[in-house]
Amino acid sequence: MASGVKPRVKVPKKAAAGDVITIKSLISHKMESGQRKDKEGNLIPRSIINRFTVEFNGQSVLDMTMEPAISTNPYVQFEATVPEAGDFVFTWYDDDGSVYDTTKSVAIG
Amino acid sequence: MEFSRRDTLALGLGAAVVTVLPFSVNAAADDVIATFTGGADMGDAGIDLTAPEIAENGNTVPVEVSAPGASAILLVATGNPTPGVAQFNFGPMAGSQSASTRIRLAGTQDVVAIAKLADGSFAKASSTVKVTIGGCGG
Repeated sequence: MASGVKPRVKVPKKAAAGDVITIKSLISHKMESGQRKDKEGNLIPRSIINRFTVEFNGQSVLDMTMEPAISTNPYVQFEATVPEAGDFVFTWYDDDGSVYDTTKSVAIG
Repeated sequence: MEFSRRDTLALGLGAAVVTVLPFSVNAAADDVIATFTGGADMGDAGIDLTAPEIAENGNTVPVEVSAPGASAILLVATGNPTPGVAQFNFGPMAGSQSASTRIRLAGTQDVVAIAKLADGSFAKASSTVKVTIGGCGG
């Protein structure tokens, strides 16, 4: 597992039913592209997050495939519909097989 | 100056090589796009790509794509060593078919976004970004 990986997500705590809300997500990850070389001139092996998914109450909001061209600490902003109260589940998949996830609840009101 | 048959042939060959070269640079990008579209024709309506005209630092270039009703959007950096950037697949709970993220660009190049629209057709938008410092390291 890459060290120091910490997901951060910004979701409004409350929304009116049927509202479209903006979600900002960021995960600290070095996203080593596999193109860089170290001091000895050896290629640093690729180590990135290759997939990011968001679900709301089990239904997909966004499924994103990431390539090495995504910047360090991948940041994604998108919009989601909230028909009812529930949980957003955010999942990041690392090249090395690690999976990072975090959950945020939204209330109606 | 007179051209012999041999000179003329050589000139023609040289010209052919010169015209083919720019395409071979983008061949990898074209492959990525062809895999996504299956070789289908692309329109230019229905997709928006927002990218800066000049990026000082190629390591983090903010880009935004938006294609109302699209099921998927592919983002390609034609001048990168690996041209694929990201593919967004929108689910039923998506509030809008738009997303923004930050990408790496190796140098000044065209960034291309292709959306798979609701009716199954594809739309393409591209934007040239000038990069002062490339973002792919040594």
